[in-house]
Amino acid sequence: MPGSAWNVFELQGISKRFGPVEALRALDLTIKPGKTTVLIGPSGCGKSTLLRLMIGLVRPDTGEIRFEGQILTPDNALLLRRQMGYVIQDGGLFPHLTARGNAALMARYLGWDAQRIATRLNELIELTDFPADGLDRYPAQLSGGQRQRVSLMRALMLDPDVLLMDEPLGALDPMIRNTLQAELRSIFRTLGKTVVMVTHDLGEAGYFGDAIVLMRSGRIVQHGSFGDLLDSPADAFVTEFVNAQRSPVEASKGEER
Amino acid sequence: MSRLCCALLLIGLGLSQTALAGNAPPVRVGSKAFTESVILAEIVAHLAEDSGLEVEHVEGLGGTRLLWEALLAGQIDVYPEYTGTLSEEIFAGADVRGVTALRAKLAEFDLRMTDPLGFNNTYVIGMKEQLAAELGINSISNLRDHPDLTLRFSNEFMKRADGWDALAQRYQLPQRDVRGLEHALAHEALDRGVIQVTDLYATDAKIRKLRLHRLADDLGHFPQYHAVFVYRAELKQRAPQLVAAFCSLANTIDETAMMNLNARVELDGESESRVAAEFLADTRGIQTRVRDQSVARDIARYTVEHLNMVAVSLCAAILVAIPLGIIAARKAQLAQPILGVVGVIQTIPAIALLVLLIRPVSYFSDELGYPQAVVALFLYSLLPIVRNTHAGLRGISPQLQESAVALGLPPWVRLWRIELPLASRMILAGIKTAAVINVGFATLGGFIGAGGYGEPIFTGIRLNDYGMIMQGAIPAAALALVVQGLFELIDRVAVPRGLRLKQVE
Repeated sequence: MPGSAWNVFELQGISKRFGPVEALRALDLTIKPGKTTVLIGPSGCGKSTLLRLMIGLVRPDTGEIRFEGQILTPDNALLLRRQMGYVIQDGGLFPHLTARGNAALMARYLGWDAQRIATRLNELIELTDFPADGLDRYPAQLSGGQRQRVSLMRALMLDPDVLLMDEPLGALDPMIRNTLQAELRSIFRTLGKTVVMVTHDLGEAGYFGDAIVLMRSGRIVQHGSFGDLLDSPADAFVTEFVNAQRSPVEASKGEER
Repeated sequence: MSRLCCALLLIGLGLSQTALAGNAPPVRVGSKAFTESVILAEIVAHLAEDSGLEVEHVEGLGGTRLLWEALLAGQIDVYPEYTGTLSEEIFAGADVRGVTALRAKLAEFDLRMTDPLGFNNTYVIGMKEQLAAELGINSISNLRDHPDLTLRFSNEFMKRADGWDALAQRYQLPQRDVRGLEHALAHEALDRGVIQVTDLYATDAKIRKLRLHRLADDLGHFPQYHAVFVYRAELKQRAPQLVAAFCSLANTIDETAMMNLNARVELDGESESRVAAEFLADTRGIQTRVRDQSVARDIARYTVEHLNMVAVSLCAAILVAIPLGIIAARKAQLAQPILGVVGVIQTIPAIALLVLLIRPVSYFSDELGYPQAVVALFLYSLLPIVRNTHAGLRGISPQLQESAVALGLPPWVRLWRIELPLASRMILAGIKTAAVINVGFATLGGFIGAGGYGEPIFTGIRLNDYGMIMQGAIPAAALALVVQGLFELIDRVAVPRGLRLKQVE
């Protein structure tokens, strides 16, 4: 039912064109609360555009986006965004601010007192396993994994209702990526927040996603659980996409036999 | 960043207060950037003082147009000019010749002109006195009988419409191997006897130094450059005694007298003020105080004046250029117009810009020199700051810009807390470029009597005094280095630390 407060996001008839490229074509999508939804698909399928539409960085050409029942407009985007946390691939940390400055930027702007900020930061460094002495370092002095933790702290600072993540682990090397995947999933479980995550890695999608949205050329091909994707693919493309992403380790094992 | 701007602004305002303090003197005399003009203006200045008037001599202005515009705008009241310059330069194309016609034309501009002072500072053909006497040459016509003489003229004289070609035709001169030569070289060659004939100005101090004979222009070939004073009509009401005094100088200074006054400054190193004062003492028994303007100037005063011009213009430019750069970065359709206009300003030659500024500036300041110089420097400072602000803001990665938007920060806060700090290094680099260029450009203040290091440089060029040129040139160069160094320090304070770090991993 449209406008229901029970759905975090409701997208209806969304299309978006960048010059000659049709990034999204008449797309409908509902994001349920408390779940992690993963947007996946080949490069250029429109998954990042979809995420950026949800936080109002991009405006749709047609259709409307409801966030917690309210239609997202340029006028209310500023306020509604404060209920969303946004994390991008390389963190998007401001190099001129320390980890603390980055994480507390919005809280300071909203006039939180120092005590409240300190308390919230303490909760967050515990949650994200970030070293307390790292708070006064600048992004250039932090490792890639630490930067993503700061970025997550910044996104969670105001305790938003939803976390939007665009390939949050994409720029990390595999070892750190693995550790952080596990930590991130446990954080999501702890917080019970609605998460929308973009990835191109099927394994990661299966690991995080309560629901997986597989996209191709600006359309949703299948929306279901990881099991649905494997067991009852909507069409040949789904099978092809799944097969293409089978682990190379598994593939080489198969050849040995 | 903002603190820095405030500090610079305060310094600038403080300095400009001191510079603008004090009432404008009632009489301002202007002069061009050569000795004779400065001496004549000094004579007027002493006469004004003798009539009990407060007087300012805006000395050594860099061009006829500057003086003319300043006179029309009322920023000077009187200056020495030549009838030929009025006819050929100021009223070029209007065919205004002769004292009567000039007077009528000047009256259209509410200007007046004295009778000629008694000398005609036109081109003369000169040769060594001794040789002229030996060969019995007194006039240009006499050269016809001496085809073997070597004639070398200044390059300018070779090119002029009334130069060598016209002269040779008029007098039917037989010499064929005649070429152009650098002025100074020609005089040297003449002294050594390598050449025998060259061109000079009628009152050139070198005539005395090289002991030259001026050949009479018996056919009246050269245009008349009679010295006169041109003044504003209203000066007659304001300072009748002064006008009467300088009008009475008419027909009292001949070529030799003027040449001797020039020589005392250029060859004997006396100040124009002293030469003028002694001339008045000798000829009319007027005793005045010698204002040793051209000697007792010290580097400290130049430095204060110079810094003042640079600081005031730079602060104003920062306040205007950064917002312009922000607008250009935010509104794509305004970027090209803004960058285009500030770019075009940069292409206007300094002297032209100073001339153009005289009238607009006269609406808010009746002073000549300092305000025009500051406005010109301000305009020249805009481009590097606007361009760097624009480039710095446009150069911020889209990820960072979107991160700021996605956080929910309003545009003003994004600009102030994120974008300007991220662009601070580029903006500061633009300010640094503007400051260093400004230190150099401020020497052009010497063109219009704005003071600063340009004053000794231009006076030095006029008097051919390298020591004096260096008095301005060396501190100006040093100041440019100091400013450069100062900004390296400011860089450490104003650029956020996080931007100066290298990524560790």
